[in-house]
Amino acid sequence: MDFSLSDEQRMLDETVTRLVTDRCNPEQRRTLIQERGTASSSLWHTFAELGLLAMPFSEEDGGLGGDGIDQMLIMQALGRGLVPEAYLDGLMIPGMLLAKLADDSQRERWLTPLLEGEHQLALAWHETTSRYDIDTPESHAKRRGEGWHLQGRKRVVINAPRAAALLVTAGLDGGALGLFLVPVDSDGLQRRDYTTLDDQRASDLDFDMALPASALLASGDSLLAALGEALAQGRAALCAEAVGAMEMACEQTLEYLKERQQFGAPLSRQQALQHRMVDMHLHLEQARSMAILAATSLTLPDEQRDYRIAAAKAYIGEAAQFVAEQAIQLHGGMGMTEECHVAHYAKRLILLDHALGDRDYHLETVMAHLDSVA
Amino acid sequence: MNLQFTPEENTFREEVRAFLADKLPADIQRKVRFGQQLNAEEHVRWQNLLSERGWLAPGWPVEHGGTGWSPVEKHIFEEECAAAHAPTVVPFGVNMVAPVIIRFGSEEQKRHYLPRILGNDDWWCQGYSEPGAGSDLASLKTRAERDGDHYIVNGQKTWTTLGQHANMMFCLARTDPQAKKQAGISFLLIDMNTRGISVRPIITLDGAHEVNEVFLDNVRVPVANRVGEEGEGWTCAKFLLTHERTGIAGLGHAKQALRHLKSVARRQTHRGRPLIQAPSFREQIARSELELMALEVTNLRVLAAARDGGAPGAESSLLKIRGSELRQRLSDLTRRALGPQALPFFADFLAGDDDTLDDDQTFAAAATAQYLNRRKLSIYGGANEIQKNIVAKTILGM
Repeated sequence: MDFSLSDEQRMLDETVTRLVTDRCNPEQRRTLIQERGTASSSLWHTFAELGLLAMPFSEEDGGLGGDGIDQMLIMQALGRGLVPEAYLDGLMIPGMLLAKLADDSQRERWLTPLLEGEHQLALAWHETTSRYDIDTPESHAKRRGEGWHLQGRKRVVINAPRAAALLVTAGLDGGALGLFLVPVDSDGLQRRDYTTLDDQRASDLDFDMALPASALLASGDSLLAALGEALAQGRAALCAEAVGAMEMACEQTLEYLKERQQFGAPLSRQQALQHRMVDMHLHLEQARSMAILAATSLTLPDEQRDYRIAAAKAYIGEAAQFVAEQAIQLHGGMGMTEECHVAHYAKRLILLDHALGDRDYHLETVMAHLDSVA
Repeated sequence: MNLQFTPEENTFREEVRAFLADKLPADIQRKVRFGQQLNAEEHVRWQNLLSERGWLAPGWPVEHGGTGWSPVEKHIFEEECAAAHAPTVVPFGVNMVAPVIIRFGSEEQKRHYLPRILGNDDWWCQGYSEPGAGSDLASLKTRAERDGDHYIVNGQKTWTTLGQHANMMFCLARTDPQAKKQAGISFLLIDMNTRGISVRPIITLDGAHEVNEVFLDNVRVPVANRVGEEGEGWTCAKFLLTHERTGIAGLGHAKQALRHLKSVARRQTHRGRPLIQAPSFREQIARSELELMALEVTNLRVLAAARDGGAPGAESSLLKIRGSELRQRLSDLTRRALGPQALPFFADFLAGDDDTLDDDQTFAAAATAQYLNRRKLSIYGGANEIQKNIVAKTILGM
């Protein structure tokens, strides 16, 4: 049992933390969001130069072979800065799927530039009826000659507006799940791009297109195994991001209580508010434990891994919302304003729960395995 | 970073497990398992077995008879004891007064008391709380006036746990009424057989006789029984409060309580199937499981910090708050799982004097009493509100 960081991990933590502090203060963040186009930002290129984009990938894939703790450190720092870059949705999740499933020419065309920061990708899987399940899309793909015809509608595809290609889930004839690689300039793709309430870029997409045979990356069990692994990584990463954002929400709320005068004394002298602040801190520390549990569970056998990660995600979904709501409450009217930075942390903390399965979804997983996994 | 125990720690766990399987007397184990109160003989019998093995005093320095265990090993020991239904060691001698004597006592006091504690020759109780001094302990009023080489002690102590069995009490008394609050308090060791001491039971809402009031009426205590300097009692008291706090989350007990809850929920039937299959109840068990998982990792973080030389400070307040809340919640769910069977009050069974209940009755008998008893967890040892004050002050700087 060891909770200390290795020298390399400490360096990684310092590097990302410094980068986030230097390049993503609230004002810089606003600019990053306003100037966000389809091309990668200069911040993203700096990520690439520092090797951060290569971190989650194995050395054979051209990466640095980072583990769950490395990812946790990066995501925590990004969470602290509310960095408006799609590290998870544009890089990690689609990149891991490509690394597992793509052939050599696809890797060269899509994976190598991804790690170099030249383009980003997106995984298109949400549908109106699928909620948080990835394996039951209504979108489908039929054999057409040598290739495929893909038809369907995807909702809230995070990072699609900045993606060069999409990984699209669709049912195949016979019921198996398939995953297709679709360049965004393909004919037969219609899109509506928008921004989410927590400042992410996303799209709703309609597909009605012919695709070559090679567009099918994988199907059936091998695909489900790869998706299971990528989603587990993604969920653990979200837990870490939440902890970073909770840290900042707690820190800023505490500062505000110490500085804000009411009835002739700082708010921090009020015992009711002290105890509320302690409750926020308790939620943060317990969430941190769960994020560590998730990060150290990625290499376990699938069932144990998914059980622990579901537990962490369910727990953190609730803890994050508690911290978000209390941060707003303790800031009073200020906490309701766009100008107040803590409000942005609150929004992210609440909407994090809607990514890759919310607390109810993951609690069901825990409930299903209550007797079987120790 | 990893959450695994080392091979040595796993071997140690096996060793503890083997000891418990071999030595824990079946009659005692059964009583603990079904929530019956132990009598003094049973407590002493178990503690003698621990003492023979050299495991009674994990918190002591090795030269005085301690085990030399790391915080992690202590944690493993506590967890295994709880899982095996071993009694909790009565803490007042070995875990409370002994560390104070080791740290502040005279050579004579160490020579006299420490071997007697290891041999379970004395039963100690704690004379801290008073009717007017609970979480605000420093407002205590018990007086100790100097009369030659004795103090004359007058006052009243309360919540004296298992004081009915005690022959010794460590006691905070005010030796200087002029000094400000925390100053002027001294730490005295009092023979409970001294003239002027009377003990009156307090029956708690679970029907148990666990705590007592102790009245001190012109009790003569030799000055030689003072630990540390006169007026330095608060230093001893504070030391005691921060000593050995890594077990404060009660993690072993919480784990055992969750296992028990699941077994009750499997045994009870709701609309033709086990209660554990009923979605709303199952969800509540799952939520407790999440809290336990988080608490376990937090506890390991604190243990690792302690092992690596950090003193567990205000983090133990965090553990105390969340640990007590979780254990209360588990006892609440266990009581509710039993439905109407949670109602009977088999007082003699709970007091450990009756063994005529059938299996169903035995299984259910302690649930409500324990639920009520566990209310104390958020009150004693500094109420949870006090713990929050401590965190606000020392961690958050408010």
